[in-house]
Amino acid sequence: MRLTPKSATLLALVVLIALAPVFFPSGFYYRVGALIFVNALAVTGIVILTGWAGQISLGHAGFAGIGAYACALAPVHWGIHPALAVLLGAAVSAVLAWLVGRPILRLKGYYLAVASLGMGILISMVLNNERELTRGPDGIEVPELGLRAVLKDAGLDLSNGQFWYFFCGIVLILGAWLALNLRDSATGRALRALHGSEVAARTVGMDVAKLKLQAFVISAVYASVSGSLLALQNKFITPDVAGFMHSVEMVTMAVLGGVGSVAGAIFGAAVLTLLPQVLTVFAEYEQLVLGLVMVLVMIFLREGVVPSILRKIRGSGE
Amino acid sequence: MNLLSIEGLGISFGGLKAVNDVSFGVKPGEIVSVIGPNGAGKTTLFNMISGVYQPGSGKVLLNGEDVTAMSPHLLARRGMCRTFQNLQVFQSMTVLENTIAGYHLQESGSVLADLLNLPSSRRRAKEAEAGARDLLKRVGLERAAEREAGSLSYGSLKRLEIARAMALKPKVLLLDEPAAGCNAVETEEIDHLIAEIAGSGVAILLVEHDMKMVMRISNHIVVLDHGEKIAEGDPASVSQNPAVIAAYLGAENAAG
Repeated sequence: MRLTPKSATLLALVVLIALAPVFFPSGFYYRVGALIFVNALAVTGIVILTGWAGQISLGHAGFAGIGAYACALAPVHWGIHPALAVLLGAAVSAVLAWLVGRPILRLKGYYLAVASLGMGILISMVLNNERELTRGPDGIEVPELGLRAVLKDAGLDLSNGQFWYFFCGIVLILGAWLALNLRDSATGRALRALHGSEVAARTVGMDVAKLKLQAFVISAVYASVSGSLLALQNKFITPDVAGFMHSVEMVTMAVLGGVGSVAGAIFGAAVLTLLPQVLTVFAEYEQLVLGLVMVLVMIFLREGVVPSILRKIRGSGE
Repeated sequence: MNLLSIEGLGISFGGLKAVNDVSFGVKPGEIVSVIGPNGAGKTTLFNMISGVYQPGSGKVLLNGEDVTAMSPHLLARRGMCRTFQNLQVFQSMTVLENTIAGYHLQESGSVLADLLNLPSSRRRAKEAEAGARDLLKRVGLERAAEREAGSLSYGSLKRLEIARAMALKPKVLLLDEPAAGCNAVETEEIDHLIAEIAGSGVAILLVEHDMKMVMRISNHIVVLDHGEKIAEGDPASVSQNPAVIAAYLGAENAAG
């Protein structure tokens, strides 16, 4: 039996996540792995928004910030369990995305990039300046999720690094599954169609503004959950999570791996999360290497690394 | 009774009257062609009828309902669909996906069901796919179903666009130069296809440059020149009309 691309991607992801720890030289790599998964989750949202619907957001870190601070603040101030705080953050992000996107996505062109940029900066400013609530740029502690203790009682004793590695891995698999479901559904097809030709999409009865808004809201939820997971595993969060550079990072990861493909997004997130760890020796040249990699990919592998390579393999196989 | 009625439609661009006071109607199963020299306002007229431009004056009635300047996706819901002179296909999607996109109104449901791959979502997708494969067979593209649309020949893309439009099960189909850029064989295939669609009771409005094709398949012809309707009638009477001959010869002299 031939695997569909969807099952193949998911299977590869499950195998990778399950087997990678065998090759870890030290416990530190569980932490790196968990970071990759958290970034990959946000980038999967970017694939839906940018790769399929063709819309660009430069403020997605803002939603990550909402997700992160929901986990920091809601348990302390309103006594909400951190797990529910993740959902609360996602809900707030979804509503905000809807409010910002609704007037903007009716317009043609790259207005969303500008509007989301402004929104991201605003969120970052609020997190920096509302010291009473967020303690400002110094950051704030985030309560324990508590799931690890529950697992321990049930007889599954994982180290902190192991727990977050597998937990974030499972959330990423779930996120990838949802995105891949969407891709081949009526909604995903319509998103990719309007990216190809808005005129033709309207002609076949697609409500273009509504579809773009759906993509924006869904991708905001991905970013928000990613921010929540980052905050919960670090047990500490600073407003940097909502910063402009983080937004750019998400887009860069997506573009590097292949913005139209979920597998590419995960690959891009892995490379750009690993690179700074590998390059610590050349810390001063890190930006230079990153820039060079991006330029080379854009020149030689325009669709991103994964789709370009897949195309080459298929092309030579025929 | 006319399914599609155009009443006194007009539009100006910067003081220039591109289309002025044009009226006609299309009945179910009828093929009406709009012809005229280059720049006569055919495509502008088309864009007004299909909701791409907002007319300066006049009305478009679909089944008696005023649909003037209505957005194309709402027109699609009311049973009117069009194709484009400069092809509008979803290039990076497969031929099959392009056709399934035509089923959007029948296929689309809740986003949540789509995200979770619920049985309802899968059933909708399966029905749309089955319908799309039938349509591709009808237009002779079934063997190209899995190919990327961007890799098809021009004539095939024209047929793909028609297949996608037919997926909507339209009552009125607007075809903007469906045979432009096609060779004789391809033109004939499209010819048969259009006649067949009209035979199933769809009202067809056609803009076309290929005079032979127009004369062969039209029931009724509307002639535009400088944005005005200068003649209309059956193919035989229009081709004898002195005003029409003058418009075309004049245009040719100017071009030569």
